[in-house]
Amino acid sequence: MQFKSQVISNVEVSPGYYRMRMTAPPAVLDARPGQFVMVRVNGAIDPLLRRPFGIYDLGAFATPYTDCGRQTFLEILYRVVGKGTAMLADLHQGDHLEILAPLGNGFDLGPAGEDKVLVGGGVGLAPLYFLARELVKTAKVRLFAGGRTKEDVLCITEFERLGVETYVATDDGTLGDQGLVTEVLTRYLADDSGSKQLFACGPMPMLQAVARIAAAQRIPCQVSLEAYMACGMGACLGCVVPGKHHSAETPDYRCVCKDGPVFGYHELQWEVR
Amino acid sequence: MATKPNMSVDIAGIKLRNPVMTASGTFGYGREFADYLDLERIGAMITKGLSLKPKAGNPTPRIVETPGGMLNAIGLQNVGIDAFIEEKLPFLRTVDTPVIVNLYGNSLEEYGELAERIDAIPEVAGIEVNISCPNVKQGGIVFGTDPAAAYEVVKLVRDSTIKPLIVKLSPNVTDIVAMARACVDAGAEALSLINTLTGMAIDLAKRRPILANVTGGLSGPAIKPVALRMVWQVSKAVDVPLIGIGGIMNATDALEFILAGATAVQVGTANFLNPSAAQEIAEGMELWLVENGVADVNELIGSLRA
Repeated sequence: MQFKSQVISNVEVSPGYYRMRMTAPPAVLDARPGQFVMVRVNGAIDPLLRRPFGIYDLGAFATPYTDCGRQTFLEILYRVVGKGTAMLADLHQGDHLEILAPLGNGFDLGPAGEDKVLVGGGVGLAPLYFLARELVKTAKVRLFAGGRTKEDVLCITEFERLGVETYVATDDGTLGDQGLVTEVLTRYLADDSGSKQLFACGPMPMLQAVARIAAAQRIPCQVSLEAYMACGMGACLGCVVPGKHHSAETPDYRCVCKDGPVFGYHELQWEVR
Repeated sequence: MATKPNMSVDIAGIKLRNPVMTASGTFGYGREFADYLDLERIGAMITKGLSLKPKAGNPTPRIVETPGGMLNAIGLQNVGIDAFIEEKLPFLRTVDTPVIVNLYGNSLEEYGELAERIDAIPEVAGIEVNISCPNVKQGGIVFGTDPAAAYEVVKLVRDSTIKPLIVKLSPNVTDIVAMARACVDAGAEALSLINTLTGMAIDLAKRRPILANVTGGLSGPAIKPVALRMVWQVSKAVDVPLIGIGGIMNATDALEFILAGATAVQVGTANFLNPSAAQEIAEGMELWLVENGVADVNELIGSLRA
């Protein structure tokens, strides 16, 4: 759906990373973890396009200022990378936004009882937080979070508050182990042979490494992709990724926005990237 | 109390309830936008450009934002004519709005064959021939920039179908009027202009082009002045109805094209940032007519005081 929204709060949670809470109609509460929103700063034609963000959290709080006495909200986590996100970072409480939400397909939560293993980095942690919030209701959840430095490892406390067991690695060793989080994941998987499923969201090299691990160990794995996109609804065809059997003769491009952003790792072609 | 103005226009025999169409490649196959606007409140829908066989399109990155616009190099990814008929047409059939098929061939023969295939589909109200996609290396660009080649391809399509025939012009030419005349001489009953302007964007840090295709087509508000100028020039030179395209974001933009000589307009890039744009623009145009005491949108066509 398309709606006008107002900023409730916009906080820098780590240098260059912001967490924004915005108003939303109650129907947003039906959104599933892994779905995303397209955000436009009101009226602007430069930047022209909306920006896609995974849903970090949503809910409702009591307020005297709405008819029903409750205000629905949704939250995104974003990093300032260009003009659009810089403009977002400058917004304050009460500023206007235009939102399309929820878009795309969410994660399949999988059977209760199996362990859930989340792997993410940077703003890739955003949809994983919403996912963890749902998963902890029925399953043991572990999070493997990585980044270049400790400042890229976001909201770890929030995950821990949900009861998620967290493992952290940074390239420079400023938080957790020094090295790649996928190396920590590999060591963990070597010691734990129980039934489990992987959920990953983060930079492409991290997703490629997770997909390789999942394939080698035959563990079910869903990945959530990030892509440049203009529309978010399958019209511009700007955000496509090659499906498993894609070739020039038998085209099988999938839209990250409409067919994803969550895919089973086996649905995609990883080698060609 | 003002009476409702007449908003309907006629393009090559296709009756539109209002002059606002959705541009090829920006509106999927219609269904994608059904949740965001009333498809029966817009003038017509133009499909994503169809080819005979499914087409993969270009590698990514395919799009990049630029000041007031965007570059795309999708490379005409499409499902092909057979899948269009099987998968896309059944939905379009349920919508009471003219569907115009945009078609593209890799060769002269393919244009003719496609036109024949589409001619046999009763639900298709008309054909828009794409002779001007800037992102595909085979064929298209030649037809779109050489009046003699354009004449040849339009003539072949004309001889292959009795459907209303629109030709979409490329702005990447020295003389848009010569192109327009060639297409009309070959039997085009309407012209849509402009397609995207060829451009490129560079990533300085990587010292590389941003688009995998290196160059792409520029669209959005950035190209509106160029599009207005071309519509105005062509309207002075040919007698067929024109469909103005280029950076239309709101009713004001759309009405400017009508004043410059367009009978209808196509909304393109605006659909990406506001999926209800086409309907809002049609309603905004009607409101402007009411407020300015204009009884019929047709009175405004080419009414520029110049």
